[in-house]
Amino acid sequence: MTIQLNGKTVTLPQEVATVQDLLSHYQIENRIVIVELNKEIPGKEQYETLLLNEGDRVEMIHFVGGG
Amino acid sequence: MSSRYSRQERFSPIGIAGQEKLRDAHVLIIGAGALGSSSAEMLARAGVGKITIVDRDYVEMSNLQRQQLYSEIDVINKNPKAVAAQKRLEAINSDIRVQGIVADVNGMNVEDLVIGKALIVDAGDNFETRLIINDAAVKHNVPFLFGACVGSYGITFPMIPGETPCLHCLMDHLPAQNLTCDTAGVISPIVQLVASYQVTTALKFLTGAKLSPLLQSVDIWNDENAKIRVDRLKKENCKTCGNNPSFPYLSFEGQTKTEILCGRNTVQIRPGVARILSFEELGRRLESLGCEMTVNSYLLSCSFEGRRVVLFKDGRALIHGTNDITEARGIYNRLIG
Repeated sequence: MTIQLNGKTVTLPQEVATVQDLLSHYQIENRIVIVELNKEIPGKEQYETLLLNEGDRVEMIHFVGGG
Repeated sequence: MSSRYSRQERFSPIGIAGQEKLRDAHVLIIGAGALGSSSAEMLARAGVGKITIVDRDYVEMSNLQRQQLYSEIDVINKNPKAVAAQKRLEAINSDIRVQGIVADVNGMNVEDLVIGKALIVDAGDNFETRLIINDAAVKHNVPFLFGACVGSYGITFPMIPGETPCLHCLMDHLPAQNLTCDTAGVISPIVQLVASYQVTTALKFLTGAKLSPLLQSVDIWNDENAKIRVDRLKKENCKTCGNNPSFPYLSFEGQTKTEILCGRNTVQIRPGVARILSFEELGRRLESLGCEMTVNSYLLSCSFEGRRVVLFKDGRALIHGTNDITEARGIYNRLIG
């Protein structure tokens, strides 16, 4: 599946089906992350069940603490 | 008329009127590390009339790669960053007043620092301090320009009390664990970029321009960026900015507690808010740094910055080989974030 992630076209491996899978794929599932899917911000409790679709526009921002 | 700010005054969104507003402003910068160095220098050169910069640390050789206010002499003399920063900023601009304060910002002293400031620029190195500042900023109605970076990645968000969600709305709990500049490294360009976003927002706010409630991230090495409008994430029941605020990070219970264990040359650190550490991830990173380490199901023991550190799953830590609470908290924040 191909999506727009943070403004770039990204092809995801087949096992990435949900928002949660996407976070795991980028190894940020243990961080504080805000995800916008097609201009909506889903609640964290939806990540496990919310399926990604071809052409979805995803913005994904994870928090870091350095400075 | 002095020509000092002529180029900035010719920039029409600021102009002479905006320059006068900058001159009359008092800005607080919390942290005088990489982000703090960069923001402070830009704000001082821009002619912000009064700058207070707070930091608990002293200058080390590994800072010089990016912390632009310092030089080798500061390392040799182990100068506190707040003191070295004040000296350098005064040399850059003698028109303005600079106050460097050597202190660890916590729930007990943060309100005194925040009251009376036009704006707070975030230049901290850990989440807990940011949530403490966030509480004080909302309570005293002072905007707080969040900024952070690690590696080549950084994020910014302007928190305006009463308008935008606060930091507490965006992260309803402390992250279990963070990448820190001391474990994952950092390059100078992302520091300069994040500080540039923060200072631009500061100049806009101080001169009366409108701000957008955008959470932004940038990865300068991988050429990626993201923006999310987060105004819809403001929570009515937020304990900091909601209808019935309790400002949890300003309370004694919400504070990280430190104590010197008598006769053991050890400092114990207990986080005020429970967190669950992932030893697998931390262990991998420590391994890549070549840190000697032992892990079992209850604790991780490692050698970090010359001290033996024992971490428990709930975030509690023992820092052996020191009785210095400030040093121990610094090590803890650099390790866990």
